[in-house]
Amino acid sequence: MSQEFEPTILAFVCNWCTYTAADLAGTSRMVQQPNLRLVRMMCTGMVDPKYIVKSLLSGADGVLVSGCHPGDCHYINGNYKARRRVKLLNEILPQFGIEKERVKLTWVGASEGNEFAATVNNFINEIRELGPMEARSMAVV
Amino acid sequence: MATTAKIQIDGSGPIPALQGFLRGLLENETLGGIMVPVHLFGKGLPMPTLVTDPEQLSGADPLAPAFPMNSAKLLSRLTRGQSGERIAAVMRPCEIRAFVELVKLNQGSMDDIILVGMDCMGAFDNVAYKQFLGDDEPFEKTMEFYKMSANGGVDIAPACKACEYPAPANADIVIGVAGADLSDHIPVMATSPRGESLLNGLGLPETSAAGRDEALEAMVAKRTATRDEMFERTRAATGTLSDLSEYLSACVNCYNCRVACPVCYCKECVFNTDVFEHKPWQYMGWAKRKGSLKMPTDTVFYHLTRMAHMSMACVGCGQCSNACPNDIPVMELFRTVAARTQESFDYVPGRSLDEAPPLSVFKEDEFQETVSHMV
Ligand code: SF4
Ligand code: SF4
Ligand code: SF4
Ligand code: FES
Repeated sequence: MSQEFEPTILAFVCNWCTYTAADLAGTSRMVQQPNLRLVRMMCTGMVDPKYIVKSLLSGADGVLVSGCHPGDCHYINGNYKARRRVKLLNEILPQFGIEKERVKLTWVGASEGNEFAATVNNFINEIRELGPMEARSMAVV
Repeated sequence: MATTAKIQIDGSGPIPALQGFLRGLLENETLGGIMVPVHLFGKGLPMPTLVTDPEQLSGADPLAPAFPMNSAKLLSRLTRGQSGERIAAVMRPCEIRAFVELVKLNQGSMDDIILVGMDCMGAFDNVAYKQFLGDDEPFEKTMEFYKMSANGGVDIAPACKACEYPAPANADIVIGVAGADLSDHIPVMATSPRGESLLNGLGLPETSAAGRDEALEAMVAKRTATRDEMFERTRAATGTLSDLSEYLSACVNCYNCRVACPVCYCKECVFNTDVFEHKPWQYMGWAKRKGSLKMPTDTVFYHLTRMAHMSMACVGCGQCSNACPNDIPVMELFRTVAARTQESFDYVPGRSLDEAPPLSVFKEDEFQETVSHMV
């Protein structure tokens, strides 16, 4: 892919775990690429598939959903529901040429600032490799 | 062995014979009404009608090759909350399957309902039915349809051509027209205990459904092949996002396909809210970023969202395509996507009341490959 392509990544992160980890990564001054836009949700169980679809159609090249580890969800099972929804999108989006690598689900706990920074950096690099979303250049949304 | 009884056909033909059968059901004191397609006006489409007076069954035509809506939604109306009376509903297999899905979502109840399922030869879409009917007498045309379909040569709706479920599952009583000799009798089967007691009460002579299994098998084979070709064609036409956009290019966001869909289950659809009433400056911004912006916006988005919300429950009834003002092959797209989503969750909509809709449940130990572990 072209050298100039800089991906835009949208991340839906739960308030209790991954957002806290993101905060920690920031306050610990870890080196992070500037491609990420964070959306704080109360729980990954709140991430309706349409948020992810809309993001990908509206300029995001990749979407990260990240919440508490299994067993740690503050609403008991929101992360398990999120897993089914991401699984569902994994089945739908590739049928239209949207690589399933563009939607990533991870569990990052509140104390895992390092893991958060690494997750995001890796994801950005992966998407940079993959290239821009087709929707970026389409007149149709 | 469950009862198989005989609806005898005399000189006046199968439709009056079926009406007589329904009249018999309605005269049973445990049933307050029957929902069945009725020709109310002579012309136009036979609509699902809730009949309580046996006399008014004279317009009933359960065999009519018209399918103006999937009546699962209507039955949901009739069974949500108590009416105090039990009713029967004469339905196609895809209507029953959609109803099963709605019951699982607490949008209907099996408690006070007798489902009378018809073997389904398929139906025309609305436009084709009106053309087929012309100025003729509707009952005669129904019989003509049966003669034609016995010879295999009817141009039924694409959804019906590709429907591999011509036999009703989860009904209480099944009217086995497949393979039946419509000049002699139609077999009717009890397929649940309550269906059994109702049918026995009618005192019909016993028979066997000879030839039915073979007829159904042949239909399933033919339709499955048609379905698979349709999947292939649709996949080839929608393999990229721009192909999908082209496929949907005439979509005007009327949402008729959603209104017609029996399993789009939300009381208030997000697309009916003002979430997508964007401001003029937003449209201008998006247009400037790309150089042009197709209006209306959010068409591809709408369809992708609907796929995520309901494809798991799609019963392939084709009402979405039937309802589209701009002739977009919506059913083909949704069935093709649904084939994969349903398979990946091992879910068949309408198969069993005991299977929870996949997005309403989870297991702790599943789909591990869906989660990335980075470090
Ligand atoms: S999407 Fe279309 S084919 Fe599927 S259930 Fe809804 S109306 Fe029927
Ligand atoms: S499109 Fe989605 S939100 Fe709208 S009615 Fe269907 S399931 Fe509900
Ligand atoms: S019925 Fe047709 S035009 Fe209307 S929203 Fe559905 S696909 Fe679009
Ligand atoms: S609260 Fe963190 S995933 Fe539910």
